[in-house]
Amino acid sequence: MLLTVPALVAATTASTERAGVPKRLADTGLYANFAELQVAADNLPFSPQYPLWSDGATKRRWIHLPPGTAIDASDVDAWRFPIGTKLWKEFAFGRRVETRYMELGANGEWTYATYVWNEDGRDSVLAPERGVRGLLELAPGVRHDIPSVSDCRACHQGAPTAVLGFGALQLSSDRDPSAPHADGAKGGELELDALVRRGLLRGLPDAFVEHAPRIAASNPRERAALGYLHGNCGHCHNARGPLADLGLALDYPLGEARGAPALLTTLGVASKFRSSAHANDVRIAANDPDHSVLARRMASRKPLLQMPPLGTQIADDEGLALVRGWIASDLAPLSSGASMHSPIPDLDPLAKGRRP
Amino acid sequence: MNKFAPLLLISGLAAAGALACFAVHPDDQAASRVERGKYIVTSFGCADCHTPLKLGPNGPERDLAMNFAGHPASLELPPAPTLPPGPWNVSAAGTMTAWSGPWGTSFTANLTPDDETGIGKWSEAQFLETVRSGRHLGRGRAILPPMPIEPLANLNDSDLGAVYAYLHSLPPISNRVPQPIPPAE
Repeated sequence: MLLTVPALVAATTASTERAGVPKRLADTGLYANFAELQVAADNLPFSPQYPLWSDGATKRRWIHLPPGTAIDASDVDAWRFPIGTKLWKEFAFGRRVETRYMELGANGEWTYATYVWNEDGRDSVLAPERGVRGLLELAPGVRHDIPSVSDCRACHQGAPTAVLGFGALQLSSDRDPSAPHADGAKGGELELDALVRRGLLRGLPDAFVEHAPRIAASNPRERAALGYLHGNCGHCHNARGPLADLGLALDYPLGEARGAPALLTTLGVASKFRSSAHANDVRIAANDPDHSVLARRMASRKPLLQMPPLGTQIADDEGLALVRGWIASDLAPLSSGASMHSPIPDLDPLAKGRRP
Repeated sequence: MNKFAPLLLISGLAAAGALACFAVHPDDQAASRVERGKYIVTSFGCADCHTPLKLGPNGPERDLAMNFAGHPASLELPPAPTLPPGPWNVSAAGTMTAWSGPWGTSFTANLTPDDETGIGKWSEAQFLETVRSGRHLGRGRAILPPMPIEPLANLNDSDLGAVYAYLHSLPPISNRVPQPIPPAE
């Protein structure tokens, strides 16, 4: 069933669990003048260099930091945001469809909300907590879902910081020209050096102030592939979040000196996702993307197989081609006798014993 | 000094003594949590699907050697039957641990605290996130039918934590349940 904007408002009003969340996007503080869609000057636009694939949506993003506050970047891979931080991300498929919103409350907890635009683009109202299934047709038989609050938490609470796409690597001024779907930082958009210069980011280790962060790779394709995995998979698959026990890290932590975890935890490592048809497959098999579980699950949009498991209904052909090409041509097979399990014990939390 | 001070002091001491008499020992609290979890798990009928049935002298009975261990890994099943079009579109194995329908074929999970094949390494937070989100480990694939995840999600955090505590009090059983099988194209 498709909900009209008035029906959405009614559903929202009936929900007692959304208390305290603005009912309309206009009341979140994004716009100085909602009628003219004029964004307030203190809401700063930004673009990550390795954007998340969202079925081809055109996206715009803004962050708001309360006056006089700054982000603590002393942990370069887990920035701490001041109370009152707000972020918005607008999704458009030909027209504005939804704007997602998160705000850090005084209790240190993030609030998540999604606002659905009506077709004439004149209003945007709070979606129900359970989201809206099939709001918009993207392709024959494929419809875009508005995420539930639970979906928001699934992605945003899987990493050491809840703010995704807004970190040192993603905002680096040393942009990757081969990154899929990146439209580059537009004029006036925030980048890392500007954040430091304006006093909005404090504690960033000197090394990243002096040299813009960049993925160390053997060639441009590997750089882009590792960046793609960082932006699309690393928010769940990392060594510091709730899924750490999987021993699969696809992020690119700048504080990690031993090399890309996306290689160390995948190349020749047995997959925990086992099926009778692919019982012996590994996460990444050098030179063999067809027998690499990572590439196979990226290519699938069957609900039981697909990766990412939510937020997308259409496989990303460009991203998949990049990752398959990297696996096929740029990786050296493990030497004979090498372990088929995580080769770096410290990166495999299972090796550290039971969770306390 | 307030003339009622000695009386207040005596009253305070008496109240403290009474509280001490009724204070719950941490072990008792843990036991109470496990008991509460057992009550909920039993009332929800979790064992109906998570403990396989076997055929006994009086008909189907729970295989207690596999108590809450989910679909037996040793039981290799042929492909689920292809049903004619119509409303009868779900099949179940006699163990009640394997189910086939429009979503594919699903196998009930090992809920014992075995580290490698059960929920031994799951934190309480991960268990709650799984139930609340209806997704594996709170962020993976959807939990599949016939698991009644929505009524379970209706429990408050305290009750879900009790369920977790009870499941973690069970003897661990090593049983690697197969991955679900997607529906045929």
